[in-house]
Amino acid sequence: MPSLTPESDWLQEEVNNVTAQANSLTLPKSKTMENIGRSWYKFSRNPMSIVGLCTVLLVVFLAVFAPLVAPYPEHAGAFVDFANASRPPCGRYLLGTDVVGRDILSRIFFGFRFSLTMGVVVLALVVPPGVTLGLIAGYNQGTWLDTIIMRLTDIFLAVPPLVLALAICSVLTPNLFNAMLAVSLMWWPWYTRLVYGLASTLRNEFFVSSAEAIGAGKAHIIFREILPNCISPIFTKMSLDMGWVILIGSALSFVGLGVQPPKPGLGTMVADGAKYLPDQWWISVFPALAIVVVVLGFNLLGDGLRDMFAAEEV
Amino acid sequence: MKLITFITRRIIHSVFVLFGLSIVIFVISRVMPGDPARMAVGARAPQWVVDNLREQMHLNEPLYVQYYYWLRDALHGDFGISLVTRRQVADDIKEFFPATFELALFAGVIMGGAGIFLGTVSARHKDKWIDNFVRVISYLGVVTPAFVFAILFLLLFGMTLNWMPTMGRISAGLSRPPVVTGLITVDALLAGDFATLLDALWHLILPALALAMGGMAQEARITRSTMSDNLTKDYIASERSLGIPEKVIMRKFLLKPSLIPTVSILGLDFAATLSNAFLVELIFNWPGISRYGINAMLRKDLNAIAAVILILGVVFIVVNILVDIVVAQLDPRIRLAPGRGE
Amino acid sequence: MNTATLQAQDSAGLSAGTPLLLEIKDLYVHFDVYGGTLKVLDGVNFTVRSGEKVGLVGETGCGKTTTMKAILRILPMPPARIPGGEIYFKGQDILKMGEADLRRVRSEGISMIFQDPTAALNPVFTIGQQLEAVVKYSLEGKKLSRREIRERAIIPLREVALPDPERMLDSYPIQLSGGMRQRVCIAMALVASRELLIADEPGTSLDVTIQDQILRLLHRLVEEKNVSVILITHTLGVVRETTDRVYVMYAGNMVEAADTRELFARPMHPYTRGLMDAVPRLTGGGIAGGIRGRIPDYLDPPPGCRFHPRCDHAMDICRQEKPPFYRLSDNHEVACFLYRDGG
Repeated sequence: MPSLTPESDWLQEEVNNVTAQANSLTLPKSKTMENIGRSWYKFSRNPMSIVGLCTVLLVVFLAVFAPLVAPYPEHAGAFVDFANASRPPCGRYLLGTDVVGRDILSRIFFGFRFSLTMGVVVLALVVPPGVTLGLIAGYNQGTWLDTIIMRLTDIFLAVPPLVLALAICSVLTPNLFNAMLAVSLMWWPWYTRLVYGLASTLRNEFFVSSAEAIGAGKAHIIFREILPNCISPIFTKMSLDMGWVILIGSALSFVGLGVQPPKPGLGTMVADGAKYLPDQWWISVFPALAIVVVVLGFNLLGDGLRDMFAAEEV
Repeated sequence: MKLITFITRRIIHSVFVLFGLSIVIFVISRVMPGDPARMAVGARAPQWVVDNLREQMHLNEPLYVQYYYWLRDALHGDFGISLVTRRQVADDIKEFFPATFELALFAGVIMGGAGIFLGTVSARHKDKWIDNFVRVISYLGVVTPAFVFAILFLLLFGMTLNWMPTMGRISAGLSRPPVVTGLITVDALLAGDFATLLDALWHLILPALALAMGGMAQEARITRSTMSDNLTKDYIASERSLGIPEKVIMRKFLLKPSLIPTVSILGLDFAATLSNAFLVELIFNWPGISRYGINAMLRKDLNAIAAVILILGVVFIVVNILVDIVVAQLDPRIRLAPGRGE
Repeated sequence: MNTATLQAQDSAGLSAGTPLLLEIKDLYVHFDVYGGTLKVLDGVNFTVRSGEKVGLVGETGCGKTTTMKAILRILPMPPARIPGGEIYFKGQDILKMGEADLRRVRSEGISMIFQDPTAALNPVFTIGQQLEAVVKYSLEGKKLSRREIRERAIIPLREVALPDPERMLDSYPIQLSGGMRQRVCIAMALVASRELLIADEPGTSLDVTIQDQILRLLHRLVEEKNVSVILITHTLGVVRETTDRVYVMYAGNMVEAADTRELFARPMHPYTRGLMDAVPRLTGGGIAGGIRGRIPDYLDPPPGCRFHPRCDHAMDICRQEKPPFYRLSDNHEVACFLYRDGG
């Protein structure tokens, strides 16, 4: 949306008048309500998006209320009950128990907590700097700033992501916090890349050049003119990335460089259970499926958001 | 002629990136709390040994001088001594790298070949059952972590059905063919030893497949969407209208433009493959550089960690250059456009 | 359908002694999209006689290109679908043809020049590779050697007056200017001799001067080779100068058909009149008249005459029934209830 700068008060007023008139003529409801309705319609056209949304909501619910909904909340830690060790799925333990007798289902609920924390924290650490750098580089395309920032992203993208995360994790003390730090350190360039591409096209748009012509400051143009137009792809990517970050996190804990036992990281549980294949298959297979479900949920949700933001086709 | 300029630029850029990467790796290997020299000799060694080693490792110099020495040695192929194996890291790498290379190579072939095939089939039978089937499979393939595939394959084909071996590169009874390339399959082929070749292939299938699944699914999705998109393009309509047979259009005029995005993404998928090799090698006990790297990481073996990252970085960069060259070959718009293709 | 339609259909084309080269009867084309079906073509009737130059006008999105693509069976299916209609080329129904017959029509019967030359050329093959494929898979192509194929490919490039045709063969589309690409497209359509050439807004995407050159070139080639032509264009001036007969199309229907001179002298359909009014005149001040509203939504087109929501003369019957073609004279037909009593 081309918005105007505060410098052009009279123009803004004019525009407001016209919009107000237009609204009163054609939009009896408030504009936001209508937009939400239309977005929801586009999002919900594909049933898979709804499935994704429901999955994500369910996982969030289970994670937040894990102590309440888990059948055996105390099994989340260093609990031992050898009498019930290695039980296959049954009425009492829906997904069975592990080798020390802990309920797998309860541990999966608590595992969601670590996974979601990881996703949320990493994105919170990564998106603001990544996006800002992308905006700056994109707006200043062709200058030394652009060169420095984009070469820096090239360097971080020159190593397969998990490799660098593993290395960083390993030199620091392996735990959830450091895992998040490590993943964040290698994740920001993707946002810089994405926003760079968008910003370097947007800077040639009329509304940017008109803002420049009016004499708006650089910060204003970057954050008030260009950024609002990049929001939807950023949101879409964030939703998809939640899945990917959780996946990487589970990979880190799988090799023992993420969430540390006895805490129930999903990857940790898969790795522990792998030792008891194939006889006690449920110990690792159910946590593995849990990872797939979470990642799938965020992917479907992300695809739904992409459909929602996509311009009307045909 | 233009292609040469393109490749040269690409290589210069890569050298620059590698240089930057070496700084990142150096920083990582120095941020670790504690004294690397003390770590190398162990807690019980007398102080004077540590001091000597600090001198030897240039640890008393400013950081940039340390970096200079580190880079100089690395360029000569000297990454120091591994704390775990007590051997030259370079020797370890030489021993373990071919196994990973072989695995990644086969995974890459499966990824590209099967991915493109599935995508093509899907696009040509759009919205038929086969298309829906491929779409569901590729969605699951994309969201399932490689280590989950590895475990499921291991469980299903290796342990339950007992079809395939689950450990290592070659059966215990067989002797390795004389080392030429380090790739057992290729070496066996060169030696004319088909029993070993088959055995090695048999060992390769499960880990390579587990490694390839994600990328394959991705390739299939991209190929499908590009192809079905291109099918509605005017140039296809035009070629049809001019009487060119459908078969020729499909195999030639549709395939080539549709492969461009697929091949471009191969580089990224290969990155995922190298990442996932860390987990898959662990699960299948594959004696490659990634399993070596994980062990180094779990024991904070800095010299080995730095070397492994650097080697994988180089491999990744080389693969990306190759991918870019293939893409430029396929797409004259990249090759001929002035001032593009950094 | 009422008797008037049937009569009108029977009479179409009977007026002239020359045989029909192409006859489209009651053609429907639908597109299945997410959320419904686009009912784009709604019973199109259209004829071309041998040697005739027919113009087809109508605003963007009215189904002109869809009709033409249906003739060559190059609509992307799915999403497109042809639920009804016949397309006769020299007496044979193209829609029912087998692979071999269809290829014969495509490689020596009808060819089409696409609207956007950039989109119509495969971006990753050289001009030579594309032209040679056309030669190679033409009906006589099998017997030719590689050198002969290349030589054959150069001929049409010369005909369209492209400089240095040898070098042109090794160029990629991006290396050529828009005008050159358009010439290449024309060359591809003229590789083998054809009986009917469909030109879909040739040169619209180009500069006015280049567009003029392209139209002149096309006109010359058509005269030389004596092919029938369907010319789609927005420029009414071009239609007036180069065609014998004109069809006016609106929202998937033919609304008026007449000899060119007759149509320009006495436009009958309200839509045709609106189109003519929309042409800015050099003498007038700015944009003259025009037609209010826009092309209807094909998902849910208005019932009856599809033009009625925009028509100043709409009557009750227009909202309920689809108007048949009314015959005003030997060379003038119009689909509008205003003329049901003979106008």
